[in-house]
Amino acid sequence: MYRYNPVDHAIVRARVEQFRDQVARWQTGELTPEEFRPLRLQNGLYVQRHAPMLRIAVPYGLLSSTQLRKLAFIARTYDKGYGHFSTRHNLQLNWPKIEDCPDILAHLADVEMHAIQTSGNCIRNVTTDQFAGVAPDEIIDPRPLAEIIRQWSTFHPEFAFLPRKFKIAISGTADDRALTWFHDIGLHLNAGMDGQPHFRVIVGGGLGRTPIRGQIVRESLEWQHILTYCEAILRVYNRYGRRDNPFKARIKILVQALGIEEFARQVEEEWLHLKNGPSTLTQAEFDRVSTFFTAPAYSPQADSDELLDHQTLADKAFARWIARCTHPHKIAGYAAVTLSLKKHGQAPGDITADQMDAVADLADRYSFGELRISHEQNIVLADVPKADLYELWQVAKAAGLATPNIGLLTDMICCPGGDFCDLANAKSIPIANAIQARYDDLDHLFDVGDLELNISGCMNSCGHHHVAHIGILGVDKNDAEFYQVTLGGRQGNNAQLGKVIGPSFSAQEMPDVIEKLIGVYIEHRHADETFLDTLDRIGAEPFKDKVYEGKVRRGKPAPTEKEAA
Amino acid sequence: MARIIKQGALVDDPWQILALNEGDLAETVPLPTGPVIFPFDVWQAQREAVLARDIPFGLWLDSHQGPEEIAVDFGHFALIAINFPKFVDGRGYSTARLLRSRFGWMGELRAIGDVLHDQLFYMKRCGFNSFALKAGKDIDGALATAFTTWQDNYQAAVDQKQPLFRRSAA
Repeated sequence: MYRYNPVDHAIVRARVEQFRDQVARWQTGELTPEEFRPLRLQNGLYVQRHAPMLRIAVPYGLLSSTQLRKLAFIARTYDKGYGHFSTRHNLQLNWPKIEDCPDILAHLADVEMHAIQTSGNCIRNVTTDQFAGVAPDEIIDPRPLAEIIRQWSTFHPEFAFLPRKFKIAISGTADDRALTWFHDIGLHLNAGMDGQPHFRVIVGGGLGRTPIRGQIVRESLEWQHILTYCEAILRVYNRYGRRDNPFKARIKILVQALGIEEFARQVEEEWLHLKNGPSTLTQAEFDRVSTFFTAPAYSPQADSDELLDHQTLADKAFARWIARCTHPHKIAGYAAVTLSLKKHGQAPGDITADQMDAVADLADRYSFGELRISHEQNIVLADVPKADLYELWQVAKAAGLATPNIGLLTDMICCPGGDFCDLANAKSIPIANAIQARYDDLDHLFDVGDLELNISGCMNSCGHHHVAHIGILGVDKNDAEFYQVTLGGRQGNNAQLGKVIGPSFSAQEMPDVIEKLIGVYIEHRHADETFLDTLDRIGAEPFKDKVYEGKVRRGKPAPTEKEAA
Repeated sequence: MARIIKQGALVDDPWQILALNEGDLAETVPLPTGPVIFPFDVWQAQREAVLARDIPFGLWLDSHQGPEEIAVDFGHFALIAINFPKFVDGRGYSTARLLRSRFGWMGELRAIGDVLHDQLFYMKRCGFNSFALKAGKDIDGALATAFTTWQDNYQAAVDQKQPLFRRSAA
């Protein structure tokens, strides 16, 4: 993984001291709360329902065991002994004190970490695929270019006060796992005709209250031009994006208003001035950064599939874990492992300090001391010898990290919701827990099969409910918490938004609603059909009929978010 | 006389900024005497009258006004100012970079309006070389620390034409 050089260190250290000074000036009143707000946000510091929340960046999801142990130390020392992994490669601490944050940032800087631009109207943490570098379907490893984009976007002087936040995702695989169609800029790395990396540049996607799938602004861009091209996009957005209404300020609104052709024309016109300028990447820089992302020292593994077959035959629980929590690896004899942070009864994405230490130990023992965070809020050990899986599983199980539910109903993406977040209209964690309790039986869960269910506590959509097969959105109706259900959303290459099925439900109704939806699937499914397959084949009507059976459908369905916005 | 930061020092500033109050029209607002920084709209509407004063004057752009329409008139301006109506309105950074890098404005480029300590570093990087800090703020403290927050930067900008990766490779 990337290691800081003296300049990188100095830049992050300077930020710590700058923030220490800002906190001090805020405490003396020299900075008003209004003036301090964007400054603390650009250091990931929110003021929340109960306490401040600090969002720490895990750039493109990559962590070393040393870094994770430091996060465990910080969670113990300055928080209540746990943290929460968000959907954009961040770790959130829910209970730090504002006055401790400069010290926390200093601890982070010791291990080459920071909270720079994890919030605020600036370029956020760049995200990618959790299997980068090991996925069999990878065309180009996105990590060197992700790091180059991280550096370019860090303290970019022109783009620190954009109309609204700006998120970039980059993926280099046949199958998109980075939700690139729903980012402000989505980048697909591909091999061009010349054999060099090329980008497909997607712009104007986003979830939130006006969910929109991104559009292609340039089908093919040589890699050397990525920074100047992004700069052109950002400049057009910074100059012409709406600033009169924060709900209309994302770049997606500008792209919609201009139309993609006109937006592309403006970007290309701007880019003509920047193309081949000093910010054009050099082979030397690409090579320098790439050396940090070379393959670890894989050792030739004996064919361990036979051993694995024996182990899975002998132990059904292990077999289940292998089926759900291990993933193909491009090197023979290795597998990628997902450690589930979706243990039933816990808040999805939460991890205790002790678990962090346990994961760090696992990473050291079995996966070259590194790990990744997935946007589904789980942890990935990317390089595990298959022969070690059984041993790893036993340790992970003891640490509560081996729930065999990856890709299943209870592997939900879920935002912190009304229990923590100031923006939330409704709680989301109790809904997740209630559904987990309903589907606690593993036989049943496995029978239901591949299914993505996501929960957001408000229309800001941090829980990615729009792109879930079953999406749940918390809404506020006359000061009461209700839940709107969408069907048919999906991520990946054919990413699309789910559609609202009808009026919303109370919290108490939700487990029954989910059970009815799944009942319809089980009733109608053909052999080997997933929930999504069946839904696509029979349409949403049978699901609606079942869910609203006997229910008086008073009034009109709740407005879709687009209408509401 | 107000003090501003100019070329890295505190100086007394003689310039008066003309702002249109409610009810003022760019076409008819009286032109003050003395050294004045005129709003773009007044320059557009009363160009001949402004020139007829026959003393040096400045021009200021509001955050929604770009540099494109004034480039041909650079020769007339003693300085250009860019207004930040709110410090979170970041359009002025792009305007400054364009003025410097694309349109070749070499003279004084001043940040006016909601100009605060913690934005000065970015403003300097984007090409501003004078700063009228918001009234009531600690201008001495700002001058002492705000321009030296970072010793080095990743990106190319107006103050450093080469990005870090080209400089460290050399």
